[in-house]
Amino acid sequence: MLLGADSEIASALIELGLVIVGLAVLARIAVRTGFSPIPLYLLAGLVFGAVAEPSVSENFIELGAQIGVILLLFMLGLEYTASELTTGLRTGFRSGLLDGALNFTPGVVAGLALGWGWLTAVLLGGVTYISSSGVIAKALTDLQRLGNRETPSVLSLLVIEDLAMAFYLPLIAVLLAGSGAVAAVTSVALAFGVAGIALLVALRFGDVMSRAIFHHSDEVLLLSTLGIVLLVAGAAERLQVSAAVGAFLVGIALSGHVARRAETLVTPLRDFFAATFFVFFGLQIDVAALPEALPVAAALAVVTAVTKVYTGWWAARRVGIATKGRFRAGTALVARGEFSIVIAGLGVAAGLEGELGPLSAAYVLILAIVGPLLTRYSDELLDVARRRLVTA
Amino acid sequence: MTDVEETLLPGVGVRHDFSTEDGRRLGVIVHRSGRRELLIYKKDDPDACRVVQLGDEDLRVLVELLGGTQIVERVANLQYAVEGLAIDWLSLPARSSTVGKTLGSTELRTRTGVSVVAVLRGETTYPSPEPDFEFAADDVAVVVGTPEGIRSATAYFQEE
Repeated sequence: MLLGADSEIASALIELGLVIVGLAVLARIAVRTGFSPIPLYLLAGLVFGAVAEPSVSENFIELGAQIGVILLLFMLGLEYTASELTTGLRTGFRSGLLDGALNFTPGVVAGLALGWGWLTAVLLGGVTYISSSGVIAKALTDLQRLGNRETPSVLSLLVIEDLAMAFYLPLIAVLLAGSGAVAAVTSVALAFGVAGIALLVALRFGDVMSRAIFHHSDEVLLLSTLGIVLLVAGAAERLQVSAAVGAFLVGIALSGHVARRAETLVTPLRDFFAATFFVFFGLQIDVAALPEALPVAAALAVVTAVTKVYTGWWAARRVGIATKGRFRAGTALVARGEFSIVIAGLGVAAGLEGELGPLSAAYVLILAIVGPLLTRYSDELLDVARRRLVTA
Repeated sequence: MTDVEETLLPGVGVRHDFSTEDGRRLGVIVHRSGRRELLIYKKDDPDACRVVQLGDEDLRVLVELLGGTQIVERVANLQYAVEGLAIDWLSLPARSSTVGKTLGSTELRTRTGVSVVAVLRGETTYPSPEPDFEFAADDVAVVVGTPEGIRSATAYFQEE
């Protein structure tokens, strides 16, 4: 019996080791080529799922994926300080509204056109709405555009999307839980109340909380942060508000010095578990359904790339940026990534329409690659377009 | 005074930028980590910029090259010029008998060989005061002379 357990551990370790070595190779390729590793991890999951699904370490990968989502959302909440949230909200509110209207709607419409239920369509709206702050921040840094005058417009749109998630995710979680109308209304009210209170606590008492958690030792700080995040996430899941939402709110509530240090401490863990999550998402997808989903995903990608470019263009024009800068801002926003997958993952986990998974995967695969490329060559693209216009 | 514009970059840090005399724009990003980047905006595309990463050592060198050394140079010149002489800042107590007298009437130069090169009063400086300059309480006189001369000038200013 004992021998059996031992050999099971051995094969689980070997399996897991193989998966992680595979991811390491992909991450290396991503760094070499300057791309986001997210689409590669997704592809790896799809390939594993089609060729040789990890069987022994499946439980670990599933739990790891859960932790990945939690850490992704925690760090999204952690990303901005309270003052950045308020300033972002003030300066980017109108652009944020336009962003929501232009980029949420195509997903919902596409979902309904495919004959899906309202709930799945709203999830697809979330998938097409949220830009990937990870991919975008990386692209802006790599292209040395952080100092550009159009960049604050881009960043404040990301802040607004971040805040929108604070209300969208609890709403989705409650709707997915699928209780009766009255219960749903109370749950939504509860979720919004909790989100609002967390935001308020972060703005008013963020420093008090952060001081309570603060410790000079990295080890103590890491363990306390991680413990609190998992506890709150678990409690949120129990209350049917989704673990991701709980983690996100903890991230928002932490601020200042502690937030900055927690960020550096948790980032390596996040990278590991998030990679696990992307692979897990890929594993769950029926590869046979991909070819069918691809044309729809491509069409949706084209439409929502255009709408994002226009959003960025509009936001940059408002602050007096010239044509080239407007186009750079617009193309920067096109990339979708981790959070689109998180939203789709919520739907897949709840067993909604089977096509949501493959469609979202194909959609993110396209835009996580095309988005950074578009913005890298945005000046050149604009020049080409202008020359075409002149000659025509 | 040059207008320095401050822009918050959420998730990144703060950007400061300003226009130079000939209309180019320069800026600096201070990242949350404290890392700094120098931004030089392009002429043909004023929204875009070239970025120069600055390490701690680079920062010090750049600051010194741009302004710090000038100050160092001036201080060095000053010391050179006053070799063998002393320079001192003497404050005038309110009860001093010198308060209300003009510089000429103190005959400080004749008595002590010390010259008053400037008087500091609150935020204002009176460089090279004329003989009819009238001392007030709490003035600070910048004096140059021999060490002995400055000692007797100090004593004179303390006289009630």
